[in-house]
Amino acid sequence: MLIEARNLSLDLPDMSHQVLIGHRRRLRILKNVSLCIAKGETVGLVGESGSGKTSLGRTLLRLYEPSEGQLLFEGQDIAHANAAALKPLRRRVQMIFQDPQSSLNPRHTIGGIIATALKLHGLDHSKPTIAAILDRVGLPATAMERYPHQLSGGQRQRVGIARAIALKPDFVVADEIVSGLDVSTQAQVLDLLKRLRAEMGLALAFISHDLSVVRNLCDRVTIMKGGEIVEEGRTAEVFASPRTAFTRTLIDSIPLPEIRPGWLDMAENTAEPSKSCV
Amino acid sequence: MTPVIDIRNLTAGTRAGPILRDVSLNVNAGEVMALVGESGAGKSTIAKAVLGILPAGIKITAGNILFEGTDLLALAPPQLRELLGVRIALIPQDPLTSLNPARRIGDQLTDGLRLRAGMSRSEATARALSLLHDVHIREPDLVMRRYPHELSGGMRQRVLIAQAFSLNPHVIIADEPTTALDVTVQKQVLRLIRDMQREHGTTLLFVTHDLGVVAQICDRMTVLYGGKVLEQGATADIIANPRHPYTQALLAASPRYDRPDQSLKPVPEALIAELKREIAS
Repeated sequence: MLIEARNLSLDLPDMSHQVLIGHRRRLRILKNVSLCIAKGETVGLVGESGSGKTSLGRTLLRLYEPSEGQLLFEGQDIAHANAAALKPLRRRVQMIFQDPQSSLNPRHTIGGIIATALKLHGLDHSKPTIAAILDRVGLPATAMERYPHQLSGGQRQRVGIARAIALKPDFVVADEIVSGLDVSTQAQVLDLLKRLRAEMGLALAFISHDLSVVRNLCDRVTIMKGGEIVEEGRTAEVFASPRTAFTRTLIDSIPLPEIRPGWLDMAENTAEPSKSCV
Repeated sequence: MTPVIDIRNLTAGTRAGPILRDVSLNVNAGEVMALVGESGAGKSTIAKAVLGILPAGIKITAGNILFEGTDLLALAPPQLRELLGVRIALIPQDPLTSLNPARRIGDQLTDGLRLRAGMSRSEATARALSLLHDVHIREPDLVMRRYPHELSGGMRQRVLIAQAFSLNPHVIIADEPTTALDVTVQKQVLRLIRDMQREHGTTLLFVTHDLGVVAQICDRMTVLYGGKVLEQGATADIIANPRHPYTQALLAASPRYDRPDQSLKPVPEALIAELKREIAS
C-alpha cells in the first residue's frame, strides 16, 4: 500500500469562534477515517461542501497533522513526523489545486513557477527540462515566458498539473481540478490526467463533487459526509448498487443530458436540508 | 404572438475582434431558452447585451434587441432604466460576489422594492418576507437580519432568486445560477427556478455549459461557438438528435455516470479547426 490512513481524526481551529485571548475552540473535521491507496490506483473522494473531502486530501499529504490515528506512507507512520523527516517525502507527494487562477503567482512566469518547484528540491531546472515538462501537458515551450493571466482556464490548469508532475511524484491529490472548467475543456484536462497517470504510474486521490466524472476516472470511490466515510468500494459496484440512501441521492441528483420527464420533481429520498442553512 | 425577446442579427466586438456574429434568437412568453457554449462562445455577452451591462470595451455594431417589440438599443437611458432591473432581471452566477457583504439581506432585498416599486419601508419588508417564504427559506425574518457570509451557498442563491422575482419581471436572465452549488442543492435550486418561472409566467434565458441542466429545465436551446449560432431548436429534439457536429461533440464531452465509457470525450481538434475556419470566413 502506498498511502494508508488508519482511524484518522483531524481537529482544526473553529474560525467562526471569536476570541480575544487564548485559543480558538477546535472542531473535529475528520472522524475516524480509514482509507488506502495502492500504487497507480485512483480513488475518488466525494461529498458535498463541508464533508471534509479537501481536509482529508490535505491530511493525506501531511499538510495537516492528524489529531488521532496513523498515516502510513509505504508502511512508515508519518502522522506526527517533523518537517525534516518529511522533507524527502515532499517531492513524492504533490497537489493540484482547484483554482489555478489563485494557486499560480500572477507575478511569475509559467517557466518561473515550474523552475521554483524543481529548484526547491535541487533538481535540474534548465529551460529544456521545463520545455519538456510543458510538452507533456500539451503546452508549447513559448508558454514559459507567459504569465498566468495570459492563459485560458484550461491552459492554467495544465500548468497546475505540470507543476505537480515536474517532480515525478508517486502520489497526487487533485482537488476539484475541473470544477471551474466548461465541459469541453474538462474532457481535455481529464484526458491529460489519465494519460499522465498511465505513463507515470501515479496514485491519485481525486477530490470531486461530480460523481459523473468520478465514475469515469476512478477505480474506487469514497463517499464522505460530515467528516466521516459513509460508503466505500469499487466505483462500478457503488454506482450499480449503492448501500446508503445518501449515495443514492447524490447519484440521482446529477442531471443527465437526456430528457427525463419528472426528474426535477422527484423528491430526494433523504430529504435532509443542508446543515449550514442559516 | 410577438416574442418577448427577439434578438435580430446582433453583431458585437472589441477592438481585438468580433465577439458576436449575426446572432438571431427569439424567446416566447413563458418559455425557457438555454444559451449553451463553452467560454468565449458569446453566451454571457448576449445576456449582458440584453441587460444593458456590456463592458465598455464591447461595442454593438449591428442588429437589434427587441423586448416586447421595443428596440432596447434605440432607447434613451431614462426609458431603458425603466425596464432594466424591473421588467428584465438577472439571477447571477456567483451569489457571494453578487451580494453586498457589508449589508444585511433584508436591506438588499428591500432596495429594489422601495426605489423601483415605490413601496414604503414596511410594505417592502412585508413583501421581502413573503418572497423569502416563496423561495422556501425557513425563518425568513431571521434571514433578513443576516449578512451574506452567514448563509450557505444554496441559501444565498435562493435570496438572489427572490430578488430577481421581486419586481415581477417579464424576463429573467439566469447566468449559470447553479454551477457553484453541490448537486443536491443544484437540483433544489433548479426546481425552485422552474416552479417560480411557471407560477409567474416569466420568460427565462438560461446561460449554461451543462447540457444535463439544459435537458432538465429548458424548452428550447441555442448552441453557440465563437459568437455564432450553430444550432437552435427544441431541447428534446437537439438532445435526442443533435444535427451540428459541435453539438454532438459537446454531448460526447459531457460526463455521464450511466455511460462512463461513452462520456468525457474531448472535442476533436479537427472539428475545432474547421469551426474556426467556418467562422472566420
